[in-house]
Amino acid sequence: MRTLKDVNVGETVNVTKLNGEGAVKRRIMDMGITKGVEIYVRKIAPLGDPVEITVRGYELSVRKADAEMIVVE
Amino acid sequence: MGIRIALAGNPNCGKTTLFNALTGSNQFVGNWPGVTVEYKEGKYKGDKEVTIVDLPGIYSLSPYTLEEVVSRNYLIDEKPDAIINVIDGTNLERNLYLTTQIVELGIPVVIAINMMDVVEKNGDKIYAKKLSEEIGVPVIEISALKNRGLKEIVDAAVKAGKEANPQSPKHRFDGSVEHALAHIEELCLHNIDDENVQRWYSIKLFERDEKIQEKLGLSSDVIEHIEKDIKSCEKEMDDDSESIITGERYNYIGTIINGCVKKAAKGLTTSDKIDQIVTNRFLALPIFAVVMFIVYYVSVTTVGSWATDWANDGVFGDGWHLFAIGSKAYTEAADEYTANQLIVDGYDLIVEETGAEPTGEFEYPVEDEETAAVEYEKATLDDYEAAKAYVESNEEPDPANYGVWIPGIPVFVEAGLDAINCNDVVKGLILDGIVAGVGAVLGFVPQILVLFIFLAFLEACGYMARVAFIMDRIFRKFGLSGKSFIPMLIGTGCGIPGIMASRTIENDRDRKMTIMTTTFIPCGAKLPFIAMVAGAIFGGAAWVAPSAYFLGIFAIITSGIMLKKTKMFAGDPAPFVMELPAYHWPTVGNVLRSMWERGWSFIKKAGTIILLSTIVVWFCTFFGVVDGAFTMLEEDQIDHSILAAIGKALAWIFIPLGFGDWEATVASITGLVAKENIVGTLAIIYGASGDVYETMRSAFTNASGFAFLAFNLLCAPCFAAMGAIKREMNNTKWFWRAIGYQCGFAWVIGLIIYQVGKVFTGEGFTFGTIFGLAAICCLIYGLVRKDKYNK
Repeated sequence: MRTLKDVNVGETVNVTKLNGEGAVKRRIMDMGITKGVEIYVRKIAPLGDPVEITVRGYELSVRKADAEMIVVE
Repeated sequence: MGIRIALAGNPNCGKTTLFNALTGSNQFVGNWPGVTVEYKEGKYKGDKEVTIVDLPGIYSLSPYTLEEVVSRNYLIDEKPDAIINVIDGTNLERNLYLTTQIVELGIPVVIAINMMDVVEKNGDKIYAKKLSEEIGVPVIEISALKNRGLKEIVDAAVKAGKEANPQSPKHRFDGSVEHALAHIEELCLHNIDDENVQRWYSIKLFERDEKIQEKLGLSSDVIEHIEKDIKSCEKEMDDDSESIITGERYNYIGTIINGCVKKAAKGLTTSDKIDQIVTNRFLALPIFAVVMFIVYYVSVTTVGSWATDWANDGVFGDGWHLFAIGSKAYTEAADEYTANQLIVDGYDLIVEETGAEPTGEFEYPVEDEETAAVEYEKATLDDYEAAKAYVESNEEPDPANYGVWIPGIPVFVEAGLDAINCNDVVKGLILDGIVAGVGAVLGFVPQILVLFIFLAFLEACGYMARVAFIMDRIFRKFGLSGKSFIPMLIGTGCGIPGIMASRTIENDRDRKMTIMTTTFIPCGAKLPFIAMVAGAIFGGAAWVAPSAYFLGIFAIITSGIMLKKTKMFAGDPAPFVMELPAYHWPTVGNVLRSMWERGWSFIKKAGTIILLSTIVVWFCTFFGVVDGAFTMLEEDQIDHSILAAIGKALAWIFIPLGFGDWEATVASITGLVAKENIVGTLAIIYGASGDVYETMRSAFTNASGFAFLAFNLLCAPCFAAMGAIKREMNNTKWFWRAIGYQCGFAWVIGLIIYQVGKVFTGEGFTFGTIFGLAAICCLIYGLVRKDKYNK
């Protein structure tokens, strides 16, 4: 099972599933990361975490720990 | 009848710019009751009957963040007449997500598509009419920055508010969801008249929103019943109910948006190009360092320190030279006069002490004003003759004779009080209590304003989000935010603007943690005290000053890790998903307005506590019992003061820390007025019986001296900083938690340093060492214990 954490910079992936529950999951979904959405991984922060992604036409910063909840293909 | 219009929208959608443009200076800024979330209300420039309320920037109406709860409570309970939903035209898709929720509230909505100027510049096209048909509410294109469409949007909102005929949301969920919603409505919401509101509640109940369950006061029977409906729907859709709703909303937006927006072929925007450089893997850290250096250099080292000196030593001191003309010449003349005077005084001192004139080279003392350190310099008899001639032929330079000298407020007030023959008690109260207290409040304002210009600029242009992005990895380990870097950095100069800078941190827990730990970093006012301890107790050892900074960093890290695991910081873990907004150039007006709002809130909210505590400490310092009579004291009679009595009563607290005498205790208390006062107080107390540094050296051992230093660096900051903490916490309980924690932590660290330090400074293993070691064990336990409140 591949998650957003494993995606390389410059890759575009599709979200297939979101793990987790409650506030964390809701917040991620509220920001537009829902099933089926396309995510482009733009860059990794200079210290290696978090990652910057493009989703629904805007830029979002996601920690790797949270990115692990996002299953992609 | 007045009309109330609420502005709702995502963060960074230009809502504040629109609010400022609509209301101008008719604004009221405060806090939502009991929380740190800001509340803004204003009267519309074009019609005073129209009140506009600016809600916090939110992405959703979920029950999970404070801003969202505040906003939705306001919308449901206060029911404004209409809502203007502000939408960033460059980012329709995500912005419309909130819209799908807002139109369900049963309040008339009009949509303002903001930043149309940018949309057009990008070559994109938005079909407002089509969007309006799809959503079923009026849509108006505006640009708050360029003052475009402002009248139209307010007119549309007023019209919608007056008609009071709210839209029914056009969006319908999947069949099985609608089925469940209908069930829920029938089960427990049929007594609500408004169908739209019924639907809103049913959706929230479907999402298992506990806050709404509570609000409706549903019995467990009903909740169980609803649960059945939800479960069967979840089973059918193979997802949890919240995700179903969120997913469906975004899918719905996906279906309508294609017809409403035409994007130009996408190249790199200017913002993208800036970002490629600014958060580049290799350049990001150097650029970050440069930006932070500029912020620090201007707001702390140069402009900020001039501003503070001017306010403290000029306006609330002796006075200042207008435009600094004559200031340099005066300083030079005064320095020369003082240098000569010192030689003459030194000579006289020897005559007084030995009864004979020195016959050759003699030594004379030179005291450092800041640290009360005394150094001896040599002078010959020729030097003495020259100095004596200089002092006799010159008068002490008067600043009023150089340039345009403006006396400080205390000078004016004193002259006024003398003129009316005011008695000494009242004069003392007014000058040393009230004027000094007001000075303590206002003295920091210029520097704070300078810093706030930077913060407002960094926030508005989009770099602040990148600061969090770059620094997140380091700071989140200690329960802090990447944005905590700025408060800590500024805190090395002055803790007050440092604490105020925590305002930029959105997450409530991160912000509170930052407020609690920022003042652990030694600020500028603590430096003279550090130098004094280093000089008096450690023979000027070079390691003392750096150790103070390491101690501060150590305190922040350990506190962060320990506090993060405590119950008071427990709660739902908030994920760090943060929007990185496009870079753009902020307007001067918005930057200045933000600066002023924050500065003013410091004066208003922090002012009272600073003023009151300064007066109380003044009273305790200058009143006391001499020869059985309660009277006002001279400065050097501090050992008779109420403060000394308090010091004697409290000194036992510090016995385990090795400095359980009233002198050190009193100095710590006066340090609460301003940390540099510790030096002055110790100089008065220890100076009474000879050389300050020597007396101090005999009063402390190495272990107790360092414990004394550590305690005063880490304990509650000065009153001005406490005022800032109170203002930023906006909650009395949290204020006392912060102060209590700081003092407790400082005490424990002092205990460890003294008791364990004794072993290494030759006093050997004592009974107290056990307590020191036990305290270390507690600290380690606090650091490594399992976090049972958070995952």
